[in-house]
Amino acid sequence: MLWPRLAKALFSRPVTDAPPAVPDVVVEALVQRLEAAGQARLGRSLAIRQVDCGSCNGCELEISALGNVVYDLERFGLKFVASPRHADVLLVTGPLTRNMRQALERTWACTPEPKWLVAVGDCATDGGVFKGSYAIEGGIGEALPVDLVIPGCPPTPTQLLEGLLALLEAQASG
Amino acid sequence: MSASEPTGAQPAPARPRAAGAAATIRAGRQQACRPYPRFLLEAGQWRGLVVALRDDPTLELLGLWAEAGLVHAAFHQPNEGLLLASVAVAERHYPALSPVRPGAIRFERMVHDLWGHVAEGGTDARPWLDHGRWAASAPMSARPPAVTTPPPQPEFLGAEGEGVHQIQVGPVHAGVIEPAHFRFHVQGETVVRLEARLGYLHKGTLALMLGKSPRLAARFAARLSGDSTVAHSWAFATAAEQALGVVVPPRAVLLRAIAAELERLHNHLNDWGAVCGDASFVWPQARCGVLREGVLRAAALAFGHRLMMDLVVPGGVARDLAPGGTAAIRAALAAVAQELPGLQRVYESHASLQDRVVTTGTLAPALAAAFAAGGFVGRASGRGFDCRKLPGYAPYNTMAFTVPVQVAGDVDARLQVRMAELHQSLALVESLLARLAPGPLKLDLPQAGGEGVGLVESFRGEALHWMQLDDGGLIRAVFLRDPSWLQWPLLEAAIEGNIVADFPLCNKSFNCSYSGVDL
Ligand code: SF4
Repeated sequence: MLWPRLAKALFSRPVTDAPPAVPDVVVEALVQRLEAAGQARLGRSLAIRQVDCGSCNGCELEISALGNVVYDLERFGLKFVASPRHADVLLVTGPLTRNMRQALERTWACTPEPKWLVAVGDCATDGGVFKGSYAIEGGIGEALPVDLVIPGCPPTPTQLLEGLLALLEAQASG
Repeated sequence: MSASEPTGAQPAPARPRAAGAAATIRAGRQQACRPYPRFLLEAGQWRGLVVALRDDPTLELLGLWAEAGLVHAAFHQPNEGLLLASVAVAERHYPALSPVRPGAIRFERMVHDLWGHVAEGGTDARPWLDHGRWAASAPMSARPPAVTTPPPQPEFLGAEGEGVHQIQVGPVHAGVIEPAHFRFHVQGETVVRLEARLGYLHKGTLALMLGKSPRLAARFAARLSGDSTVAHSWAFATAAEQALGVVVPPRAVLLRAIAAELERLHNHLNDWGAVCGDASFVWPQARCGVLREGVLRAAALAFGHRLMMDLVVPGGVARDLAPGGTAAIRAALAAVAQELPGLQRVYESHASLQDRVVTTGTLAPALAAAFAAGGFVGRASGRGFDCRKLPGYAPYNTMAFTVPVQVAGDVDARLQVRMAELHQSLALVESLLARLAPGPLKLDLPQAGGEGVGLVESFRGEALHWMQLDDGGLIRAVFLRDPSWLQWPLLEAAIEGNIVADFPLCNKSFNCSYSGVDL
């Protein structure tokens, strides 16, 4: 029976972690970027579309973990959406394989302005361990302008959350 | 509902030694490969092998790959072990195995795309990994020809009938998953044919490994499929250690197995919950998410990385269990053990959930056998292969555990197998921790030549790695075979006749690796 378990959960302590501290330097850099580009601001809620461009799926595991009740991404107004047309942010992983480049470019083109591009993981930063391969472009920046990089192999959910919260802060300040 | 109990390990029946196909291979010239022999066949012998394979269904094809001038195949003789066969490529051609082993189809397409070797008489000659977007085709051949034409439109297999139409999905999907293109032919709500097109994640992994030492190349094996990083690292390390005749210290063996079982646990929890979630029953997914997070945090504390990447290295393990690691693992696993029975009860007692999983996405045992499907996909359809048991490897060959097998082959059966394996892994970790004794963690590898095979059971099935080292101890040829190679084609069979809306459920219940097969 599910009901007793649900009732019990109502009276037990939440398993959700406290939010991580947001690094000021990252927020500052994002604000500057926003101003330099004269970009319109988004609200206190961001819709995220994840695009895997050659990941080993390690990054996806940690991005998916953001949705579990321990990290509970949605409490911050951050949520994953099914279509780039609904997205404010593309969260992109992988060294950008040649076989995915066109799909990424089309996804970006489908995402309405204003929009952010976040590169997640060492692969997305510069190709990571796959640097120099015939099959990759060598990082997301090779195809599109990247606003924020969250390094790591893979970055932990906490590191991901820090980056995404910095993005929210940057929208709110200034 | 079909809550049949797991039936335990399949007994090893005494079977007369298969004369046919295996004997044909053994007639070739034996090469120095450990621990399983490899035989170099003449072209005529290889043709004979194709005939023998047709007459002798017991010899299972596990993989097919190549190097410049040669094609290699790995076979499994049930209850005996592995057997490798090679043939020289003559004027770019070699006789295809796909007419007698359907599992060979995608391998042959991959071999063509990477090395340019053509499978003569093969049943499917369409490109696989090569989408026409690389600067040169056959990038691993001696002289890759430059590509001058724009990428071709992919061809898909058709389906005919009244009102048949297509649904095209991907490569970018609606969820946080890996990219692939799925082409459905549907009639009303019913799937008539599904064809998956992969290759979007091709990173050129194998080419990057050539000319490197096993130590340096290990990080590529660790990133073949991030969710099975421990198992792939272990299979790769084993191949190197076999090639060099190195025996790793006992503490390293135990730590590897602890990490591998933690990996199995976090993946099984993730997917077991996610299948329930895909049936819109989110409570088990929420609970599994908490339990899995506990396992990952324990892994981070014990081994310094949540997914335990780069922990297993050729020669041993890179890091020791951190102080407090044992206690953290025990605490996380105690939480899992406490909650599993309740999760299973909820799963079994909700008709709305059972209605979605029972008789959905059924994979017939005959197909699972024909493709030699490993892991829970095979074990839920009657194929009880688990390489921890047979051929077996340390430390599992001295441990008691059973291999759960079901025969229904539906989404429910795959979940039942995974639930049973969760219990097995909990017990295995406990006894592995109890056996730990102080000792060295790794050995230096000699700089020498050799050839070796590594076979390690990942949560999905057996990871099969092969490598050849030159006299300086550098990799001159290598292949990393994820178990998903033999499971992806079966997903296409399992979805047939189901409704489109059940695809996410079926897909998740298989959970094949995209990156693992895209190389
Ligand atoms: S950064 Fe690391 S975890 Fe992420 S996709 Fe690349 S190899 Fe995998």
